[in-house]
Amino acid sequence: MNGARVPLKISLTRRYKFAASHRLYSAQFSEEENKRLYGKCGNPYGHGHNYLVEVTVSGPVDPETGMVANLGELDPFVEREVIEPFDQRYLNKEISEFHEIVPTTENICREIYGRLKAFSAARIERVRIQETSNNSFEYREEAELAQSC
Amino acid sequence: MIRVTRRLEFSAAHFYHNPKFSDEENRRVFGKCSNKHGHGHNYVLEVTVAGEPDPATGMVLDLKELKDILQREVGERMDHRHLNYEVPELAGKIPTCENIAAVIWGLLEPQITQGTLDRVRVYESPDLFADCTAAPNGSLHGARGEGNRV
Repeated sequence: MNGARVPLKISLTRRYKFAASHRLYSAQFSEEENKRLYGKCGNPYGHGHNYLVEVTVSGPVDPETGMVANLGELDPFVEREVIEPFDQRYLNKEISEFHEIVPTTENICREIYGRLKAFSAARIERVRIQETSNNSFEYREEAELAQSC
Repeated sequence: MIRVTRRLEFSAAHFYHNPKFSDEENRRVFGKCSNKHGHGHNYVLEVTVAGEPDPATGMVLDLKELKDILQREVGERMDHRHLNYEVPELAGKIPTCENIAAVIWGLLEPQITQGTLDRVRVYESPDLFADCTAAPNGSLHGARGEGNRV
């Protein structure tokens, strides 16, 4: 018994880490515009971050396990879909989606959400990425959210 | 609308075991967490209350009162306890952070008289936490009282 008087929503958030390099540069802009827009982040040799990725899943709590999602399933899925391909990589070159789009953390959030969406045991509700301790970004698919509410 | 969050740390032991499963199934489903001797965590509880500040006091609620409620309802029940054996509200449930958050919601919600309980967040470690909130528009994401899925 949880004694709750209203219907409750439970979500679970797991934090993962990867370290990668990137460069913010768009071929759509002139060199000067790139410099103005991206500043130091446009350094042609790239630079890196220790990214922290928070993945939030939601859904009914299975009464047999007490869990929204079993970490025994979520961890290897995230490891395979995201950590393995992203960790210790140069995102611009080694993640094909970033050949065309700029690997800002906004775009990394959306890309990671897209890779995780197929998780079958619970709904991937949110991906939040901390690029540094001063910057964080998050992505939720609003259409899906609206549908579920 | 202002949201006020108060934090409480408590340390407790637990393990995961479903008596309907065989020992082998328990090990497969719950992994290391199924060790029957138990293991422990430094849990961090964050409780968020939402409301409009009282124009006279400038406060949504008296934080001292919230601190006392958290200590009484959660600290005294769960701190330095074994969650499988010593917390009656968790009896018959697997003490995951999802279930702990839902139980804490049930304990706190009737006690909050100024503002409304907005969110209960339970960190089992810096890398894992569960959030319990009221379901949007009454949708059944999680649980509705007794006998449901939480």
